[in-house]
Amino acid sequence: MNELLKPAVEKISKKFNAKVSEFRDEVTLLIPPEENTAVAAILRDEFDFDMLSALTAVDYYPQTTPRFHMVYIFYSTKNKVYLNVRAPLDGNEPSIKTMETVYPSANWREREVWDLFGIKFDGHSDLRRIMMPPDWVGHPLRKDYPLGWEEVQFTFNFDEIDARKPKGEK
Amino acid sequence: MREIQEFTLEDLRTHLSPRAFTGETVVLNMGPQHPSTHGVLRVILELDGEVIVNCIPDVGFLHTGIEKNMEAKTYQKAEVLTDRMDYMYAMGNILVYCLAVEKLTGLKPPPRADAIRVILTELSRIQSHLLWLGTSPMDLGAVSTFLYTMREREMILDVFELVSGARMMTTYIRPGGLWRDVPAEFEGLVREILKVLPRRMLEYEALLTKNPLYLDRTKGIGKIDTKTCLAWNVTGPTLRATGLAHDVRKANPYCGIEQYDFDIPTHTDGDIYARYLVRLEEMRQSMRIIEQALNKLPYGPVRDNNYKFVPPPRSEIGVSMEALIHHFKLWTEGFTPPVGSVYATIESPRGEMGVFLESNGTPKPYRIHYRTPSLPLLQALPLMAKGHLVADLIGIIGSIDIVLGDCDR
Repeated sequence: MNELLKPAVEKISKKFNAKVSEFRDEVTLLIPPEENTAVAAILRDEFDFDMLSALTAVDYYPQTTPRFHMVYIFYSTKNKVYLNVRAPLDGNEPSIKTMETVYPSANWREREVWDLFGIKFDGHSDLRRIMMPPDWVGHPLRKDYPLGWEEVQFTFNFDEIDARKPKGEK
Repeated sequence: MREIQEFTLEDLRTHLSPRAFTGETVVLNMGPQHPSTHGVLRVILELDGEVIVNCIPDVGFLHTGIEKNMEAKTYQKAEVLTDRMDYMYAMGNILVYCLAVEKLTGLKPPPRADAIRVILTELSRIQSHLLWLGTSPMDLGAVSTFLYTMREREMILDVFELVSGARMMTTYIRPGGLWRDVPAEFEGLVREILKVLPRRMLEYEALLTKNPLYLDRTKGIGKIDTKTCLAWNVTGPTLRATGLAHDVRKANPYCGIEQYDFDIPTHTDGDIYARYLVRLEEMRQSMRIIEQALNKLPYGPVRDNNYKFVPPPRSEIGVSMEALIHHFKLWTEGFTPPVGSVYATIESPRGEMGVFLESNGTPKPYRIHYRTPSLPLLQALPLMAKGHLVADLIGIIGSIDIVLGDCDR
């Protein structure tokens, strides 16, 4: 493990009972989902992790406990290190506290995760769809969302094709 | 026919000021089909006269589900989709994907492949900056630079065509190395660019750097400071124009780029003009890197010889049974990396570009996420645009150099 990461990892793993794992020189912390903002605040204020480099999710369908992992990748411009933090989420309609209060840049990325994975963010200021159209049904990046073809609809046959189109469930 | 559902003013209540609902300010739609939005970006503006009170970017018009599509393909096939995202930095998109796959599988590309990767991605950075240098002042009314920068950009695209057969969607860089070695003419063409471009850059500078009209339109416009940049995850030239010398090439070097001597240009103003100066200097630094890489371009293979992951050369297939089996297995089933997730980053012309890649031990990536620089840049657009005129917004969008394919994926 990188020497510069050690103090942060030790503190988080002790305080929040996080599980530490290493893969290809990358350190990942598995934290309890309800502590995500507390962990981020400590990382930002005490360990100079000034950027939330990436925020995304992974779907482990058909497994349900946990079904999702929220993935936060923090970066420190001072120490030039990355730290991965994961929060497991159970069930098909999961929710987690928004990271927007600690890192404002999480706003759009959380909208993206809501749009494509259907993970709700409590306290988010503007949880609208961002990539898909506002009236879209379903969350495309979920593993149970089929990747298929679609008939091309023109004005003259729109209703005809629309009637037999498979519809996702809300 | 189904009505296309739009969001209403009510949905945007948190973004707009109360004056928008009493009719004191005007809510105006700009784009998505607007030439100065560099793709399909829609911005909803709340205007007081011509001054922007609020600015709400609306993205997603170019969302093509590339991440979902990549999950359904093997590692080799998924690679072809990568350069469709940031089409101005296609080489870099592939490179960051290959770096992630290499990190996952433990492949080690040979030094020659690394050097060629550096040359090609830096050329790619120059061509991206050249297009930006043409289009960004064009948004402000200075049309002539565009005609010149396209001429030089063509020389770089010719190099890409020479090495890969395609001008933009190259898929030349592969996990474990390159598709094939560069042809003999490569070095001469690149040296020609290095000879011609510095002189031509003086011409562009003569058109813009001290042009009073350009200065009027760019100085003090679209300001942002370092702290805001970091909080909003803005990277690349926009961050460096605020004074923080953060560059992934220096901070977390890749492809042996640390062995070359180059500087990170910075500026402290954080406005459009500062970004212009930073980008111009970056092009010069890229040329320095290319020159050094060409001068000590090592000889040797361009692909790792671990045939479990890298297809064997064509010449071996005819004489070696094993090579044939490897070839067949790789192109039908694909390779299986170990279970785990990695995150690889590179410096794109717009900022930090990262790939989060998770494998579950099957030949297809389980989850792939592109952390693209354009998304946070656009997210920070309202911070830069508020209080300026509509005409300045065009300049600001041009100056942060967004690519919508990169943002929407």
